[in-house]
Amino acid sequence: MIGAITLLLVFQLLGEVIARGLALPIPGPVIGMALLFAALAVRGGPATDLRKTAQDMLQHLSLLFIPAGTGVMLHFQRMSDEWLPLLISLVASTLITIAVTALVLRFLSRRRDLPQETP
Amino acid sequence: MTPRISEVWVYLAASPLLGLTLTLLAYQGATWVHKRCRGHPLANPVLLAVATLVALLSLTDTSYRTYFDGAQFVHFLLGPATVALAIPLYAQFGRLKRLALPLLVALLVGSLSAALSAVAIGSLFGASRVTLLSLAPKSVTTPIAMGVAERIGGLPSLTAVLVIITGIVGAIGARYVYRALHIEDDAVRGFAMGIAAHGIGTARAFQENEQTGAFAALAMGLNGLMTALLLPLVTPWLLSW
Repeated sequence: MIGAITLLLVFQLLGEVIARGLALPIPGPVIGMALLFAALAVRGGPATDLRKTAQDMLQHLSLLFIPAGTGVMLHFQRMSDEWLPLLISLVASTLITIAVTALVLRFLSRRRDLPQETP
Repeated sequence: MTPRISEVWVYLAASPLLGLTLTLLAYQGATWVHKRCRGHPLANPVLLAVATLVALLSLTDTSYRTYFDGAQFVHFLLGPATVALAIPLYAQFGRLKRLALPLLVALLVGSLSAALSAVAIGSLFGASRVTLLSLAPKSVTTPIAMGVAERIGGLPSLTAVLVIITGIVGAIGARYVYRALHIEDDAVRGFAMGIAAHGIGTARAFQENEQTGAFAALAMGLNGLMTALLLPLVTPWLLSW
């Protein structure tokens, strides 16, 4: 597990160095993810330890958003002033985006991916 | 408070232990309730845990800053967890290659629709300029959204909150959208959730199954990239319109 965590941190660090070094607008961890993906493609898949650690970590992905979410405390004032536009915008926009993305992808993937479409 | 208790409190308030432990306890409690409700999306773990923590911190008059001193250790793990998304992604490599073009088109449409519809609807209902700018990157994962908000003139900490709310809305609402539109393919379900509702949508997608989760993770990563590149370019045009 420690080996896997070290590896993830090394890729994150590489990502941060590249993002900052080249002044890219993309966050370091996303570049780290792309690098790790490339490394897995070269290596032909993750080691068991890495696969297990990633699985455990991603199972608890929700946990990692709790500290940032609790930051809602800092914005009670603005949010109570503008609750209506915020609420309508967040709910409608999110559901519209899910619907639009799903419909476009379903429409475009039908011909290419037939085996998956038939239940 | 008796002197002894206040002494204990002074220690706890100054140490990261309390914020960290509370975060984990709130999460354990929230997942317990989530399980008891048989995984119903309305019993969203992030929503339950955040509500509990906000109530607790407000009641004890503890500042967010004090809390975050401890909670930052959990927050930090968002970085390595983002990197770890490469692994489920790699497992779908074959299908990814086959679907490359449809996925890219869906990404572009989804990414723009997430930002544009949020700003358009917000401005229609009279949100302020700063709020609109903080709203625009709401569908991408927290670290990216905060960076983008800063770049285009929003409030990063407000964006972080809007991102979380978006994630919760997406995680709760997706099943109803899918039911209405008869969306059954795991890849499509996951991808749309990842585009609209980033990591929280992805967490929800992993609860459905591994394949849905992998496509959500892919969508979340791609939308992070797309939004970071596109939004700073689109925003000036968006606000003049």
